[in-house]
Amino acid sequence: MTLTSILILIGLAACLGLLGRSRWRLLLLLAVSALAVYALQPALPVRFLDFWLPTATLALTVLGWALTAPPEQRLWRTNGPAAAVLAGVVLLLGLTRLFGLDLPAVGRPPRFLPILLAVTAVAVVTFLLVRLGRARRLWLALGIVFLLVLFLLLKSSPLTALVSAWLRTLNGQSAGLASPLDIRWLGFSYLAFRLLHTFRDRQSGRLPPVSLAEYAVYAIFFPALTAGPIDRIERFVADLRHPRPLDSQGWLEAGRRLTLGLFKKFVLADALGLIALSPANALQVHSAGWAWVLLYAYSFQLYFDFAGYTDMAIGLGRLMGIQLPENFNAPYLKPNLTQFWNNWHMTLTQWMRAYVFNPLTRALRSAGRPLPTAVIILAGQVSTMVLIGLWHGVTWNFAFWGLWHAFGLFVHNRWSEWARPRLTAVSVPWRMALQAGGVLLTFHYVTLGWLLFVLPDPATSWRVLSILIGGA
Amino acid sequence: MDSRSEVRPLAVLWKGVLLFLLVNLLVAAFPPESGTSVSLYNRLFAGRERLPFGETPAQSYNLSLFDLEAMFASHLIAGGPKPAQEYRVILIGDSSVWGTLLRPEETLAGRLNALNLTLCGREARFYNLGYPSLSLTKDLLLLDAAMRYDPDRIIWLTTLESFPLEVQLTSPLVAHNASRLDALMARYDLPFDPADPALERPSLWERTLIGRRRAIADRFRLQAYGVLWSATGVDQAYPLDYPRAQTELEADLSFHGFRPGELQEADLAFEVLEAGFVAAGDTPVLLVNEPMLISRGENSDLRYNFFYPRWAYDDYRQWLAQRAERLGWDYLDLWDLLPDPVHYTNSAIHLTPQAEAVLAETLVPAISQMPCP
Repeated sequence: MTLTSILILIGLAACLGLLGRSRWRLLLLLAVSALAVYALQPALPVRFLDFWLPTATLALTVLGWALTAPPEQRLWRTNGPAAAVLAGVVLLLGLTRLFGLDLPAVGRPPRFLPILLAVTAVAVVTFLLVRLGRARRLWLALGIVFLLVLFLLLKSSPLTALVSAWLRTLNGQSAGLASPLDIRWLGFSYLAFRLLHTFRDRQSGRLPPVSLAEYAVYAIFFPALTAGPIDRIERFVADLRHPRPLDSQGWLEAGRRLTLGLFKKFVLADALGLIALSPANALQVHSAGWAWVLLYAYSFQLYFDFAGYTDMAIGLGRLMGIQLPENFNAPYLKPNLTQFWNNWHMTLTQWMRAYVFNPLTRALRSAGRPLPTAVIILAGQVSTMVLIGLWHGVTWNFAFWGLWHAFGLFVHNRWSEWARPRLTAVSVPWRMALQAGGVLLTFHYVTLGWLLFVLPDPATSWRVLSILIGGA
Repeated sequence: MDSRSEVRPLAVLWKGVLLFLLVNLLVAAFPPESGTSVSLYNRLFAGRERLPFGETPAQSYNLSLFDLEAMFASHLIAGGPKPAQEYRVILIGDSSVWGTLLRPEETLAGRLNALNLTLCGREARFYNLGYPSLSLTKDLLLLDAAMRYDPDRIIWLTTLESFPLEVQLTSPLVAHNASRLDALMARYDLPFDPADPALERPSLWERTLIGRRRAIADRFRLQAYGVLWSATGVDQAYPLDYPRAQTELEADLSFHGFRPGELQEADLAFEVLEAGFVAAGDTPVLLVNEPMLISRGENSDLRYNFFYPRWAYDDYRQWLAQRAERLGWDYLDLWDLLPDPVHYTNSAIHLTPQAEAVLAETLVPAISQMPCP
């Protein structure tokens, strides 16, 4: 996101916040969020894809609601206005082409008829889904599988290139020019996590009843669209129904987080980005000392970039009376890897713990032949961390990055088990020394892990590692 | 909360805006003194071996800026007082001296340093102060600024394309240093109009912090790229492939709008060249007409290369040689030292690394013969 787009979003959020609890507020918030989905979508070389992907975001949201909404929430009277807002945004953007309007920051829409047909198709499918009876469980499972397949298609470069080639062929464009970068679907990762959360909670009966407007605003809430955090729907909707007032305290809180976020992102992260380790400079570095400087710069750039966006999202949310969850809590100052992951991208780790680690370890514990605790923990950590790695992209490096952290977490878990009874009588100075040592060790373990994250393949990561330890 | 200690966001906002406006106006009214530049180069980072220039900073870890102080402060030459054993030679010129497509050690300065020469009983150290734009006035600007580093000798390489009056002020470095040029115009009576629209004269708005944000950011970025320069030794993007210097030429006889016979000596900026010699003071200057590609391809009977029709270049050489002789300049005309296209990269004046070595060897006798102070 550019500084200009963030300033526009701040203005919009402040206006929405000033509406207080007006009955129009929810629908306006929905309309702004839906428009932001289009406005923030980067331009793409595949013709009209930068219109169809945001449209697909809205369609998935509506279908997600139709799959998860309990019968008492499916009334037209309750949800009709939200449906009209979403359809209206899509159709109005489609009409801009008819009237020859070129809206800034919004991709040129295709002809109107395909848009009309798409909106109609989504409406028909939604109508059918809300009338599902017993088949709902099956459709929920299919929905989960569908999202995971979509995830795989978007996160695996060879598959993404194939999809791009197919889309290019459909459009009459050269398939030979297809590239994985052709399909950059803004906010899909976070949307998928939110939808999967609602699907799983619906399956387990924990999902609260929410209207289409509430569900859609939760899924595409514009402050959290591009970089999270991943809120839980019940908490989010509670704030949506009872927003905190935008009084002087609200302005101050929002202003502080926004200023902090802008500073972290546009001053610290962007400055560090100039010198951070990258695939381009990784093999040009000629000394271990400078290689460490570049790696440290990357480590802090990543943190300030991500934490800066989170601060801005929280500040924007606060302007509208919604308290988004924290995502970072000084992670580089934590004395061990477990605490690091409890304080780094917290909402993702909480999500993964809730929907991967806990169910998996529970299943392993209750298996016919019980496994040793250490094995269960190792299996849970490996699967969770590798999945977190693959969420960033289906590559060997991301898988190895996940394994690196799983290994670290496992070792820390075993060390804690061993050390806890033995270190209780340690004197305060020793405890402080251990704490400081732990912070340093954890930071460097995480930072070395970024070698796998930032570089494109294991061979390059290995070569840079050898430079870091003084090799050629 | 005590109502007295309660923070009022609107009050904070308007006070902040007021303070910001005030600081901006103060900066615009009393611009910070130029002439000093805080730099991490030569302290935390290695000094650069050539002046900062780069159009693709993300690849070259280098950028173009117009702040001469910051540019010089990042250069190796600003690393500290001249060592007693050093015989300091500065090289002034265009992109061929700066070294487009060449690594620092492959440039003319790099090649001369590799020869480990001893001049006047001291170890010769050659400093690359070339800059990639063609204008004698830009050369004069850099030469004038470089004199504070106490050079023992100056080698000024040039070519006809730097001479036309119309290109003198269009070099971005000149255009954005109008106040420095004013001083040079006053000192050397240069034939330029201070109100020339090519010169960038900042308005009040452009002198505020907001108006100067680009320049401030550039200075910061120059410092930041010092990390990658020190870490990699890269200060230029090196494409694997590039269009070679043209040898098939158009049948065009004009030179900057002049037809054969129209170009006069007064159309070229010889006064600027003379001002350079005056600016050098007692420091000996060796003027070199730099080598260029001499095409044998299509229309080579009309033109030597992409830049020059034969008639214009021949006139220029004659005028330059006559003036050098008349004014007693040390002058070397090396225009046809390396005529073959194989010696050039992407332009008729950009030499290959091997050709730079040949040029360096050729310059040695002339450099050695110059008088010692």
